[in-house]
Amino acid sequence: MKRFLAAAAAAWLALGASEAPAVDGARLLDETAAPKLSDYRLFVRGHVPAPGLVRYTLNTPLFSDYAEKLRYVWLPPGARATYTAKGVLDFPVGTTIVKSFAFPVDFRAPAKDLRIIETRLLVRRASGWVPLSYVWNADGSDAELKRTGARIPVSFLDSAGRRRDIDYAVPNINQCKQCHQQSGAVTPIGPTAANLNGGLDGHGRSQLLAWAQTGRLDRAPADAPRLARWDDTAAPLAARARAYLDVNCGHCHSPAGFASNSGLYLQHDEPSPAHQGILKRPVAAGRASGSAEFSIKPGDPDGSILVNRMASSEPGVMMPQFGRTVVHDEGVALLRAYVAALK
Amino acid sequence: MLKTSLLLATAMFAASADARTISVAAGPDAQERLQAALIDAQPGDVLQLAAGRFVLSGGLSLDVAGVTVAGAGPAATVLDFTGQKGEGEGLLITSNDVLIRDLGMENPKGNGLKSKGSDGISFVNVRVEWTGGPKASNGAYGVYPVSSKHVLIDRVVVKGASDAGIYVGQSDQIVVRNSRAEGNVAGIEIENSYNADVHDNVATNNAGGILVFDLPDLPQQGGHSVRLFRNQVIANNHVNFAAPGNIVAGVPSGTGVMVMANRNVHVTDNDIRDNLGNAVMLVAYTQAFTDSNYNPLPRSIAVRGNRYAGNGAKPAFAGGAEIAAAVGGTLPPVMWDGITGYTVPGGAAVTAEGGIFVNDGPLLNLGLKTHGTPASAARPSIGAARAMATLAEPAPVVLPAAQEARAASKLAAR
Repeated sequence: MKRFLAAAAAAWLALGASEAPAVDGARLLDETAAPKLSDYRLFVRGHVPAPGLVRYTLNTPLFSDYAEKLRYVWLPPGARATYTAKGVLDFPVGTTIVKSFAFPVDFRAPAKDLRIIETRLLVRRASGWVPLSYVWNADGSDAELKRTGARIPVSFLDSAGRRRDIDYAVPNINQCKQCHQQSGAVTPIGPTAANLNGGLDGHGRSQLLAWAQTGRLDRAPADAPRLARWDDTAAPLAARARAYLDVNCGHCHSPAGFASNSGLYLQHDEPSPAHQGILKRPVAAGRASGSAEFSIKPGDPDGSILVNRMASSEPGVMMPQFGRTVVHDEGVALLRAYVAALK
Repeated sequence: MLKTSLLLATAMFAASADARTISVAAGPDAQERLQAALIDAQPGDVLQLAAGRFVLSGGLSLDVAGVTVAGAGPAATVLDFTGQKGEGEGLLITSNDVLIRDLGMENPKGNGLKSKGSDGISFVNVRVEWTGGPKASNGAYGVYPVSSKHVLIDRVVVKGASDAGIYVGQSDQIVVRNSRAEGNVAGIEIENSYNADVHDNVATNNAGGILVFDLPDLPQQGGHSVRLFRNQVIANNHVNFAAPGNIVAGVPSGTGVMVMANRNVHVTDNDIRDNLGNAVMLVAYTQAFTDSNYNPLPRSIAVRGNRYAGNGAKPAFAGGAEIAAAVGGTLPPVMWDGITGYTVPGGAAVTAEGGIFVNDGPLLNLGLKTHGTPASAARPSIGAARAMATLAEPAPVVLPAAQEARAASKLAAR
């Protein structure tokens, strides 16, 4: 018996180390979602990523209640993505994009004592992208499929050492689709050439280049577009603000997105000042307009509906309508500075 | 053609044979159970919500085609959003051929029932109400189909919306009937929409009763072919409680019917009474614009055969009192700003094609002539009519027979 246990432990250790079982690509493509995240073998144990998962970061990420995000992409063995200058890279069938949301106990030591809340997957099947969300159990050993959304209380000390208590919202599957659809088809948002065109964690060679050099991307042109980092104070203010709006708002606020009817289009390269919101009157903002007349009133952040809705956490007023429950103070400050500088 | 019809009939039969009725009761975890039912529904299913109060913590959404969500009546089944913590609407529908019926919704923080991009969306015997009465802090729209096609709003009641009670935006093939809008800023609003029949409704105690608007910089504009008939537009004198930046904040309290921009709008056979401002107001878009594809003028507008009483005694809009005094103390039934021309941004001056046909005289014409002329430059005059001819009406809106039949059917499960 003892010998059996020792053998089992040795085998397990071997699996856990260099011979970890491969990601179950066939299970990912199965039409029936797995009830447990571990069924896909994307993680070796707990939240330790399996071999083959490539971690990436974005120049400018979506704000989600200050959550730390761990992003990975998994490509089926031998497969690679195809470069596209505009929009999301063209990923092959089987690709799985993995994004975990986590909170440290204290944001002054963000890598320490991370509590993983949920892991969202976007799986590229032959029929298109499918969104799935898994909520982690208390001991962090596995996560369960959650299609209907959930509210999870989370407490942490923020970067200034203040205690924050939030009612973190896990989206339901309709909400996944609402943000992730363009012209009715589900699509990833983050991994565009422009947003990947920067170093991992902001350092070193461009991730586009790294992916091309490791065979995960067919090419990485030298003239690939680059989205500004929203928090890069060396970058031009307008580029940072428009990158922030693109990532946080542009998936809905585009001609093909959920908020197309607003006529407010917040892609970083939208050419029309009126569609960018400059001196644009609201259409269906209702009470959310407050006393302001324009989405963006140059020189007047307080008179700009866009800024005021970002600075609200009240349903019916706040933008985005979901995906956050608290105000992103630093994001609001960036947009205030941008609007104040507009002439 | 026959083959196609047969195939279609078979498909419909197959769908109905598999259709299920799924019952959902009020009680603990209503949010999760109801949202789960909305996610798990299959085309053809009926979600039967039992009588009772569903206490909800967030917005709900439906993205499955062909689903009916039915309650036990607008007073019996109540979706209560008083404690709503997130999302911009009470129930959001993003799929085709959906019927929402026989239920009530209270105090959504944003909009009540919204459909986006639905083809075949019906709201029947539904109530949306902000129970604290009209307030600026109430949600914006009660029933809000947008970018939708084949829209039916029948026997709907909306009270207290801080924007429009019933608002149809950027849609096509619309019927709003037998409904009641009361105590909202705008009662019923048809905006940037094509082919709408608005009839047999009651709009009362709103700031403005029924509005037909067209706005610039939107994916669908050039609103046209709207018929308002057999409506009761009565005493819409509520103070305008919209947020100041809101476009409807510009609707003067006391307005019965207001048409802003749009082409081919017919206002006929309505009872328009006791509105202290204009019974009927026809105006160009009131703001500057930069959209060269936009036409700010109302054109091909007919106002005839309506019954008026008690309107126009105390207009609330700027200069209204002076104008009323100048014309004998009371505004005549129809006021037109008289704007017939505008300049295309970056382009040429344009004169309106299609006249203003007002058989219901006398007509008060503010004589502003060109878009952008300030109201202070008004040269009001009263003319007998511009009833040169009768403008041909747009064809009645006919919704798909299956949509009408489904909306009219009694549910077997009840």
